[in-house]
Parts: sequence; C-alpha cells; structure tokens
Amino acid sequence: MTVESEILPGVHPEKEVLLRNSFLYRTKVIPQGERIKLCIQCGTCTGSCPLSYAMDITPRKLIALFRAGDMESILRSKSIWICASCYTCQTRCPSLIKVTDILYALKRTAMEKKLFNKNIPTYALSYSFMKCIYKYGRLNEAQLILRFYLRTGLWKIINLIPLGIKLITKRRIKLTSEKIKAINDLRKIIKKAETFELPPEKEELAYIPEAVGYKAVS
Amino acid sequence: MKYAYYPGCSLHTVNNNYDKSCRAVFNALNCELVELEDWNCCGATIYMSIKEITALAVAARNLALAERIGYDIVTPCSSCYTILNKANKYLKSNNEVFDKVNLCLKEAGLSYNGTVRVRHPLDILVNDIGIEIIKLNVKIPLIGLRIANYYGCQIVRPEKGFDDRENPMSMENLFENIGAEDVYFPYKLRCCGGMLMTTYQSSSLNLTKEILECAQENGADCIATTCPLCQMNLEGYQNKINRIYSTTYKIPILFFTQILGVALGIDVGELGLEQNFYKCDKLESLYKVSLNHQK
Ligand code: SF4
Ligand code: SF4
Repeated sequence: MTVESEILPGVHPEKEVLLRNSFLYRTKVIPQGERIKLCIQCGTCTGSCPLSYAMDITPRKLIALFRAGDMESILRSKSIWICASCYTCQTRCPSLIKVTDILYALKRTAMEKKLFNKNIPTYALSYSFMKCIYKYGRLNEAQLILRFYLRTGLWKIINLIPLGIKLITKRRIKLTSEKIKAINDLRKIIKKAETFELPPEKEELAYIPEAVGYKAVS
Repeated sequence: MKYAYYPGCSLHTVNNNYDKSCRAVFNALNCELVELEDWNCCGATIYMSIKEITALAVAARNLALAERIGYDIVTPCSSCYTILNKANKYLKSNNEVFDKVNLCLKEAGLSYNGTVRVRHPLDILVNDIGIEIIKLNVKIPLIGLRIANYYGCQIVRPEKGFDDRENPMSMENLFENIGAEDVYFPYKLRCCGGMLMTTYQSSSLNLTKEILECAQENGADCIATTCPLCQMNLEGYQNKINRIYSTTYKIPILFFTQILGVALGIDVGELGLEQNFYKCDKLESLYKVSLNHQK
C-alpha cells in the first residue's frame, strides 16, 4: 500500500486523483453507480462471495480502500480478476451497491491505466475474445481456447486434450467459425464505439464527489 | 406466440444439444421461434470487462435487429440473457450512453429505441405458455425421477426478473407438476466459476465439486441446468474433479429442456441426449418403458 506521509488527510496525491477520476468516470455508466458512497462496511458482499477465499483483497476491503484513497492497490489486486461475476454480492448488498458492476469498472480502469500484472490470464482471455468477435462476429470456443493458450503457453493445452476428444466424439466441436453476414457493419460499430471509450479530460475533473476519501470519514 | 430466438454462440457449437432440445420443446408446444437473422455475439461477460461502450454497442446491435422485426428476444443462454438485459437497462437509464450507442449503430444503418424485452425460455414456458398447458401435452410423466434443479447465477440475478433472486422455484414447479421429484438442493444458485475454468482453474474446480457433492449427497438422479457454461463446467470437468479429489461422480448434467422434451414424448435423438457425457439411466428407462407400451 502506498502511504504518503506528507499528504494531508482529505487531499489525495496527484496519481490517486488521476486513477480515481478515471474510475469514477467509468462508474457513471452504471445505473446507480454513485451508490458506492453509501457502503456501510457490513461485509455481506465478502461473506456471500463464493470466491472471497481466493482473493487478496475482498470486496468489502476494496471499497474501504477506495474510501481511504488507495486506488493503486485496488487496481493492482488479483481480486478484481478473480470475480466470476455471479452477482451474489450485488444481489445481497443492503445498501443496494452495484458491487459486481463496480468490479467491472475497476477492471476497465486497470486495463486503461495498464495497472495490472501481465501474467493475469483474464487479460489474455479477454484479448483473444475481442479478436474473435472482431474477426467473425460470433465466438467459436475451440478457437478462443486455442488463441488463449497461444498467448499464455501452448503446452498447457495438453490438459484439455481428453476433454477435446470427448467433445469431438460427441459432435460438439466445430473447428470452423461462423462468420456473420454483416461483419463489416459490426466492425464499423466497434470502431465507432472505441472512439468513445476514453474519458474526456474535462468531464473527468467535473466529477469528483466530495463525499469520498478521508473527508467522508472524518 | 412468436419470439425472436437468439441462440448465442455456444448453442451453435459446444452445446448444440441445448439448441436442438429448446427448438423441439417449443415446437411441441406450438410456440414459434424465429431465429434472429444474422445475430452477433452478445459480448459475454468478458467484453464488459474491457470496454463499456463497445460492449453495449455490440449487444445493442442484436436488440436493434429484434426491434426491427418487432418481436421480443428469447435466449436460452444465461450469460446472453443477463448481458442483453443489462445492455437494455444501461441504455435506458443513461441518455448520454444511449445516444452514443445509437451513433455507433447508425454506422451500420441501425437504430434502437429500447422497446425490446429479453426473456428466458424457462420464463416463457412457466409464465406465458403455462404449466397447465404443458401438463396437457405430457406423454411420459417423469415418475420417480429425482432432479437437482440448478439455476446458476445469471438467470435470476442481479435484477429481480421472473423469479426470486434467492430461492427461485420455476423449475421445481414445472417438474413437480409433470411427475418428477425435486431433491433438497441448497446450491441451486451457487456459482460454478464460469469462465474461471480457463483462467483460475483450481478455484473453479473447487466450486464445481461442491455443487456435484451437494447433488450426490441428496440423491439426485441428474442435475437440470439452464446455462450452457454451467453444463460444460459441471459435465466436462467431472473426470478431472474425480482425479483431483478422489471422488467417483458420474452425474448426468441435462438441460432442463432435454428433460422436459422427454416428458413431452419427443424423440431422444431430437433432444441431443446422446451428446451428453453421462447417461441418465432413470430418464432412459422411463422413455423405454413408454416405447414398449406403444408397441
Ligand atoms: S454488502 Fe454493500 S454495504 Fe455491505 S460491505 Fe459490501 S458493499 Fe458495503
Ligand atoms: S460477483 Fe464477484 S465479487 Fe461478487 S460474489 Fe460473485 S465472485 Fe464474489
């Protein structure tokens, strides 16, 4: 965790402000995303999470760290990539915080700011996935897995051979991808959408709620 | 009743038995599914973790296509169901995002006004067609079949949809009414790990094992599922689980439409039952007995 002793309570260091703004901008897409302010630290999310045992920072702690002004630790954590998006936490949160959606926003921020360990397999999977969609418009599992292992180490695919054979004998694998007819239209949509992805600098600054950081607790 | 059918990618590949059985069941109940012309991948949970507007625009293309033909979407895949619903909700709640997405769609000559509803076949069977009508069409009552009804995470969450978010009962109601028995199954909403099976496998195997264990302990003949990814994780990795945890599971993991299809007297070939890894002996014997009766 980064502790900058000379910084006054309630004032965030520059880097923190940057990361925070980017994250808060991304929560704006989420319906009622601003409810993150209302966390009562009850721990229902962590207690309900089937994967919290494998996380380095549990969901409740992620929100506590956000309040305390340590975005960097959050974005570097393994937790946000371990979440299986089962929505249990989001369903049960008594403050109606969109916990799962917030974890998505964190993933996107981590990707944008390149603040994650490149060894995290989820990144490779997402990247391979994106390529498949751009190319064909539909997904072919066999291809996705192949692309994924090409990025993360092809030797690991040995483990999948028995399952693969079984699926082939059951006629459940297609090796060729289906391509949609309007693939060019889809590519146009994706290209256009990508121009909207980055947060506009000005708007970022306009969106700094007062009620977060040390100010909220002191 | 007519619906725009959105199978989703996995129903066209790894889980084509879900696709077949779904179409067969709806056909047997005189409900028409029109496959959405030239649909694209909904983006799944993965796209949302990289890019938000792109994820929404990719999903919205399908919604726009359905709006153009004027039908609601029905999609059997839990993940597609959640994603398309989520896109709908995000767009409607935020005008700025809605405008941006429409600008993207315009590039392809499409537009979306937010009128399409996204539904799950289970919802339609239980709430639109109705259990009474299904009961009238049952040819083989599922007497003595003990089912563990497994919903998985994404069909009743995160928003309140067609059933309770902590204890959904649609499948139990459906199957009990046609003769089956539901076993005590507190893990019916427990996460199977989803895509973690490729990324953090040991965690995911652990979750999957607990689900299988719970079904076995409570004496289920099979697990009924509504999600292609859950089916793959529970079925395809049973061998691996047996090896790692020294267990001997051989639990058939069937799609709920396959079980319903047998009850409706549909030919097992049409339901793709032989494509499942583990045979459900109980279900087969029900089917065989009725074949003998017919002779
Ligand atoms: S369940 Fe909600 S209120 Fe409770 S700690 Fe988690 S996010 Fe905060
Ligand atoms: S959505 Fe993620 S963080 Fe929330 S309970 Fe599920 S796995 Fe845990």
